[in-house]
Amino acid sequence: MQILLNGERFATDASNLDELCAKLGFAEAKVATAVNGSFVAAAKRSATHLAEADEIEIVAPRQGG
Amino acid sequence: MFELYGKSFTSRMLLGTAQYASPDILRQAVKAAGAEIVTVSLRRESARARTGQGFWSLIEELGCRVLPNTAGCHTAKEAIATAQMARELFGTSWVKLEVIANDDTLQPDLFGLVEAATVLCAEGFDVLPYTTEDLSAADRLLAAGCTVLMPWASPIGSARGLINKTALRSMRAYFPDTPLIVDAGIGTPSHAAEAMELGYDAVLLNTAVAKAGDPIKMAKAFAQAIEAGRLAFEAGLVEPRDMASPSTPVAGTPFFKIDHAS
Repeated sequence: MQILLNGERFATDASNLDELCAKLGFAEAKVATAVNGSFVAAAKRSATHLAEADEIEIVAPRQGG
Repeated sequence: MFELYGKSFTSRMLLGTAQYASPDILRQAVKAAGAEIVTVSLRRESARARTGQGFWSLIEELGCRVLPNTAGCHTAKEAIATAQMARELFGTSWVKLEVIANDDTLQPDLFGLVEAATVLCAEGFDVLPYTTEDLSAADRLLAAGCTVLMPWASPIGSARGLINKTALRSMRAYFPDTPLIVDAGIGTPSHAAEAMELGYDAVLLNTAVAKAGDPIKMAKAFAQAIEAGRLAFEAGLVEPRDMASPSTPVAGTPFFKIDHAS
């Protein structure tokens, strides 16, 4: 399945968002997620199924002004 | 002391965490500023670099209250989703709400800003909106539930200072009881002092410190200017006048004659 991960095409067989985060090594990481422009809380990642062409954002703290 | 969303602060200098040459310089600049609130953002995390994880450790170490921004968002929808991610990520309901109108001026999109603020306030966020001096937008933001307003001094990163001082003065007079923070465009400590002399409650800046030759020394300079400006406001400034008014007593001036013509 092809998805758009942080703006780039990405192939994955993860069936849900939680699985995708784990495969990327973010299971214990300080990250937040969104799918197709909407925020998905950490507790809802496993219930969030992924589909072809989904747009996934995985973000972390960064410097800001 | 001043209050923002029920929290008291001593320092009236809010400092951004971006653009420093190194994490250590950032750490020292925050310390030199005596800042109690620092702004942060969130960005896409790479599975390889994991940049954000290290930055989070640094932020925790600073021990400041974090104010996450929604920098780079151009629509209310983007800003709302970014704020929601930030709330979970940073564990705070505070958000510096930015909805940007265009990339050249980084001017706030006031329509999108009000739209996003309305949704976020209803969701329990403590919204600190990055806005302009526009009083009607300010009224809408307060009606939406914001209890703090953050008008720009000039475009973000421009270092131009208070380019519409009259409007900022009007805003202060129009909202005497609302905490007002000048955010963006501050270039020099004198700009910051000027904002404080107008009666603004605090100043938020980043570039002027981070990109200074010596950011640590500049952080200290800003802290002192902000404190001086606040003291001056509290002390009460004299009114400017067009004609001279001698400061030395006139009475008793030697050789003084009533009629100089004689």
